[in-house]
Amino acid sequence: MIIIETQRLNFFYGNFHALKDITISISEKSITALIGPSGCGKSTFLKALNRMTDLIEGTKISGHILINRENVLDGKTDLVSLRKKVGMVFQRPNPFPLSVRENILFGPKIHQIVKPNEYESLIENSLRAVLLWNDLKDRLDANALKLSLEQQQRLCIARLLPVKPDVLLMDEPCSTLDPISTERIEELMRVLKENYTIIIVTHNMQQAARVSDDTGFMLLGELIEFGKTPNIFTNPRHQKTNDYVTGRFG
Amino acid sequence: MKHFKEFLIEKVIWFCGVTSIVIVVLIFIFLLKEGLSLFKHVNLVDFLFGRKWYPISDPPHFGIFPLVLGSLTVTLGATVIAVPLGIASAIYIAEIASPRIKEILKSGIEMIAAIPSVVIGFIGMTTLVPFIKHYLNLPTGLTAFSGALMLAFMAMPTIVSIAEDAITAVPHKYKEAALALGATRWQAIWRVVLRAASSGIVAAIMLGIGRVIGETMAVMMVTGNAAHIPESLFEPVRTMTATIAAEMGETVQHSEHYFALFAIGIVLFIITFIINLIADLSIHRHRE
Repeated sequence: MIIIETQRLNFFYGNFHALKDITISISEKSITALIGPSGCGKSTFLKALNRMTDLIEGTKISGHILINRENVLDGKTDLVSLRKKVGMVFQRPNPFPLSVRENILFGPKIHQIVKPNEYESLIENSLRAVLLWNDLKDRLDANALKLSLEQQQRLCIARLLPVKPDVLLMDEPCSTLDPISTERIEELMRVLKENYTIIIVTHNMQQAARVSDDTGFMLLGELIEFGKTPNIFTNPRHQKTNDYVTGRFG
Repeated sequence: MKHFKEFLIEKVIWFCGVTSIVIVVLIFIFLLKEGLSLFKHVNLVDFLFGRKWYPISDPPHFGIFPLVLGSLTVTLGATVIAVPLGIASAIYIAEIASPRIKEILKSGIEMIAAIPSVVIGFIGMTTLVPFIKHYLNLPTGLTAFSGALMLAFMAMPTIVSIAEDAITAVPHKYKEAALALGATRWQAIWRVVLRAASSGIVAAIMLGIGRVIGETMAVMMVTGNAAHIPESLFEPVRTMTATIAAEMGETVQHSEHYFALFAIGIVLFIITFIINLIADLSIHRHRE
């Protein structure tokens, strides 16, 4: 089942043409990796999917983004429900400077989707889902900024879950983590894939090859090639893709 | 030669630094010496909780309870008015206003801070006081409420600019995270940005209160200066600062009255010190 579809998506920062005619279909409950050199537009594409690009001034967007067959670019889109459906994990872990508990309860509280007597079980389930429960069950009131970076990033994933998103967007989620933490976050992504559609932007080609089902290669705002991950890495159709995945530039 | 220059500059800077500390210590010693002399004649409890301030009657009464209450009433009134307004303006300036409006508002608020307090006092006396007398149908417009309003006006710049700095200093990533979770702009500000800035905001409030409680001129001109225990905000009061300012010129040096005014100075000093300490601790926590 296709969950996200873009058609001729174009994006401009002022005069800079950041995304050029991106057309892509992403299937449900899979991991899609977007790779490409810095500045190729992969982060911009990710941010456009939940309209975080709206926060930047002087931008223009055209084309279609269909999520569950609804165009989220028309004027009627409710940003609150869009962002509930499409959660985002940022490059640098950005837990709120509040307790672990409050970080997880933030979403449910603003959307008023859970009754207070369910808070405790919700916290436990969310932390279990990101494999943090055993580490943090006695530290729920600790300030989230006191956790290790890896724990912070897991917490950032955990706090998305109570809102029940369909899609998790991850913008280089491991770029500030060490190799062991990276491996553990990747393991977590494989677990989360059972229930969520994940799109990950990464600089790390090995990471894309390890975790993703599909891979898109972007260059200078264009989606050069998109297909099954093994094909992209071993048998790409485009010369440019081949050059990039074999490390000839990037 | 070069070595000597270094040495000289170092010593000059050291001297400047030490001088300011020495001056503060000397002021403090002088204040204590003069103020504490009062307690050879009057005991501390009578001084702090005495209900009568009749310094030149015979026998004199040096009870500063009405003055402390006067200061507290005016300060509390000003705080209740200035804090919500000040924080709301700070939020508006830091988070909502467009860059142009932001610049205009910031310089406007700095302008308020530049108005001398005596000017604020006479503006209050000629406009606010008759207005309050007329519309609230009071025997006099010189009330604690008038003082609170004028002082709120004076505390605003401090509160707004420090709170605005604290809010602006909150990293953008927290707000971004909140918005990405589907928070509205207001939810992001209220639940994340303000909480992250809370210690800076507490400091802003405390420094604003510190400014209010030490203020003399404006409050002397609009509060009526009656040294009695106020029963409501709409009665004249006299603050500690106004008492010192009004009576110091007329008192005989080294009389009991003179010492009593210094003792009020000590009380004021202690109160302001505590308020500044809370503000400092709060800022310190913020930096951590």
